[in-house]
Amino acid sequence: MDPRPYSNLAFGFLAPALIVMLVCGVIPMGYVAYYSVHDSFAGNNFIWVGSEWFQKVLSSPEFFGALARSVGFSILVLAIEIPLGIYIALRLPTKGVLSDIYIILMAIPLLTPTLVVGYIWKVLVMPHAGLLGGAAAWLGIGYDMNNPIVVWLTLAAMDTWHWTSLVVLLCFAGLRAIPDAYYQAARIDGASDWAIFRYIQLPKLRLVLLIAVLLRFMDSFMIYTEAYVVTRGGPGVSTTFLSHELVQTATIQFDLGEGGAMAVIYFLIVLCVSWAFFSRIITNRSRQMRRAEA
Amino acid sequence: MTRKDSFAPAIYVVFLMVPIYWLIVMSFKTNAEIGSGLTLIPQNPTLENYQFIFGDPDWYWGYVNAIIYVLMNVVISIFVAVPAAYAFSRYRFFGDRYLFFGFLAFRMLAPAILLIPFVQIFAQLDLIDTHIAVAIAHCFFNVPIAIWILEGFISSVPRQIDETAKMDGYGMMRFFARILLPQIAPGIAVTAFFCFMFSWVELLLANALTTVHAKPIGGIMSRAGGLLFGNLSLLSAASVLALIPGVILIIFVKNHLARGFSMGQVS
Repeated sequence: MDPRPYSNLAFGFLAPALIVMLVCGVIPMGYVAYYSVHDSFAGNNFIWVGSEWFQKVLSSPEFFGALARSVGFSILVLAIEIPLGIYIALRLPTKGVLSDIYIILMAIPLLTPTLVVGYIWKVLVMPHAGLLGGAAAWLGIGYDMNNPIVVWLTLAAMDTWHWTSLVVLLCFAGLRAIPDAYYQAARIDGASDWAIFRYIQLPKLRLVLLIAVLLRFMDSFMIYTEAYVVTRGGPGVSTTFLSHELVQTATIQFDLGEGGAMAVIYFLIVLCVSWAFFSRIITNRSRQMRRAEA
Repeated sequence: MTRKDSFAPAIYVVFLMVPIYWLIVMSFKTNAEIGSGLTLIPQNPTLENYQFIFGDPDWYWGYVNAIIYVLMNVVISIFVAVPAAYAFSRYRFFGDRYLFFGFLAFRMLAPAILLIPFVQIFAQLDLIDTHIAVAIAHCFFNVPIAIWILEGFISSVPRQIDETAKMDGYGMMRFFARILLPQIAPGIAVTAFFCFMFSWVELLLANALTTVHAKPIGGIMSRAGGLLFGNLSLLSAASVLALIPGVILIIFVKNHLARGFSMGQVS
């Protein structure tokens, strides 16, 4: 079975990381949990209120509206970015100057600060100054940022622009790890492109895809800056997502308790989703290990 | 692999580059030209936006500040993640699987959730408006991802190397510095890329934890954006400059990216 020795001395190696995570993860989350069951006066007097904030959040239509929009947005961008990312990775040249140029250019959006991403797209759809907005006006259709559907499509295009390359690069690396012999064997068997994809490439991509889905799900679920710069949450509340609702509650209304309760609920959702993913990664991994030993 | 005569990557790259092109074009225009209609190439190219940014310490320090806290974060993340990843890779111990998941779970927290506690904690520590505050705050999403990536790379280094080093009388520190790190150099590069990326693009925390001396360029832009939103050409020039550190980084780690992104044995 697992050849690794059992030793709790390993905690020595973990100590620095545990200390850092205590400071920047556990303690702040403890604060949040504390807020969620207290009411605060003047910022520093706290009174125990039990589950009051949770009841308030769970009976708030605004919270569920924002939650539904965030879930919808995540599903939308995953449905675009994952297939598109796989497709581009499959079609990318594996070596040569062109391959290098593609990779460099594709990585640029990944390293664009969120504010700049939002700014780029906000300008792009402006009726006078923007390429998209201007082109739409020239065609006589106009780019209507008061139409929720148009706004959602714009945000989806923006997120696709920003993050699809992450999926491409992960898949590209996964594909490169497949030995050539697999393809030769498939060719001898006369396998179709689809068969090669379905039975050779896709299984090998499973783990990188899990990673890609996990990262993309979490970051799109809590999208904040980009969307806010482009839409300010509107028109109406049609693009007010969970993190906007949260920041609005906690910093602008300064409702620490309600914000804390929302954050705790969010944390529980995320914990469930990531556990589902994580347990799949683990099973996949131990299966690989067993195979490696056989 | 599959057919290489496909236009798909080219079309995709064009889709990525069009907004960038537009941004660059706008940064060389005057505001009058931007206001007067669409021109695909600046009619009277001007450098005044760039001159303004390089002439105003408030602005150019924004880039320096962002680079400082991002680099601090990359160093801290890798420094604490290498031994942790080594532990997960080489040993079984009490609650190892749950601990690994625990780290991962914090990657899934969002900046918006931890915003208020971070402001309160760093205010109590008197660290508001310092680079280290942002660097530490960004660790909650970067340390887990660094451990995750490095664990894959360390696991692909044969265990025998540890034994040999021990027999040769290498202490732990020397083993890490002389033997393990060179072996996983591509992994370090990829980890640095990820940490740089996630820290460089984040603004909510970076902006909230800083006021003047450590303000990142994004914070300066959003403040200016509120005051002088008419000045699109200046904001465009500031945006173009904000892309440059990323481009430099990509050129440095490009050779490791394709290989390294497969995250060692995880692929």
